[in-house]
Amino acid sequence: MQVSVQAEPFDLGALSNDFAARASGAGAIVTFCGLVRDNGGSLAAMEIEHYPGMTEKAIAAMVDQAITRWALVDALVVHRYGRLAGAEAIMMVATAARHRADAFAAAEFLMDYLKSRAPFWKKELSADAAEWVAATQADEAALKRW
Amino acid sequence: MIDVLYFAWVRERIGLPRERLETTAATVMDLIIELRARAEHYAWAFEDITSLRVALDQELSSFDAPLAGVREIAFFPPMTGG
Repeated sequence: MQVSVQAEPFDLGALSNDFAARASGAGAIVTFCGLVRDNGGSLAAMEIEHYPGMTEKAIAAMVDQAITRWALVDALVVHRYGRLAGAEAIMMVATAARHRADAFAAAEFLMDYLKSRAPFWKKELSADAAEWVAATQADEAALKRW
Repeated sequence: MIDVLYFAWVRERIGLPRERLETTAATVMDLIIELRARAEHYAWAFEDITSLRVALDQELSSFDAPLAGVREIAFFPPMTGG
């Protein structure tokens, strides 16, 4: 398992390649990367706040759960905090399993849990406003399928 | 003594990220009632607890949870990771 909560940008390609090289016995690897989305073209930056200590623990617990439930060979989560510009990579998930169905399901599970149960808060900054991103009913409902 | 942490708009409304408090509150809700009474900006931060989440010693918890033995409590809005 690899969990990193960091301010620095990450190299999706290098991390994916390293992850694949370590995942001996896997037949499938799924990677997902989330980017800062500029909805109306007005976004100047995104500020991501987190709860140091709890963030790492909460993510490690969900990764542990995913590894057990889908018998993963390995799993990785990288999540950034601080100020990010439009189109920058916010986070990535990688899962390695013997078969693709497990790798896909585990990656979706981790994405749903990271969204609603990892202590991060996003604020969208534009030239003349700053607004906290609100959690949605759909985000919370997505947890119910697991 | 208990460390009280605030994040996101809760932190902005209260005006500080953390403070150390002396309290006799038995539960999270008791502490919220104490905090609301401190000043108007606390009352504003805690006006609608359905829009708040709470963690005790870095584990998500509930408003009726007891505070005995808890060293760190954090209040924040629903999380928006991913």
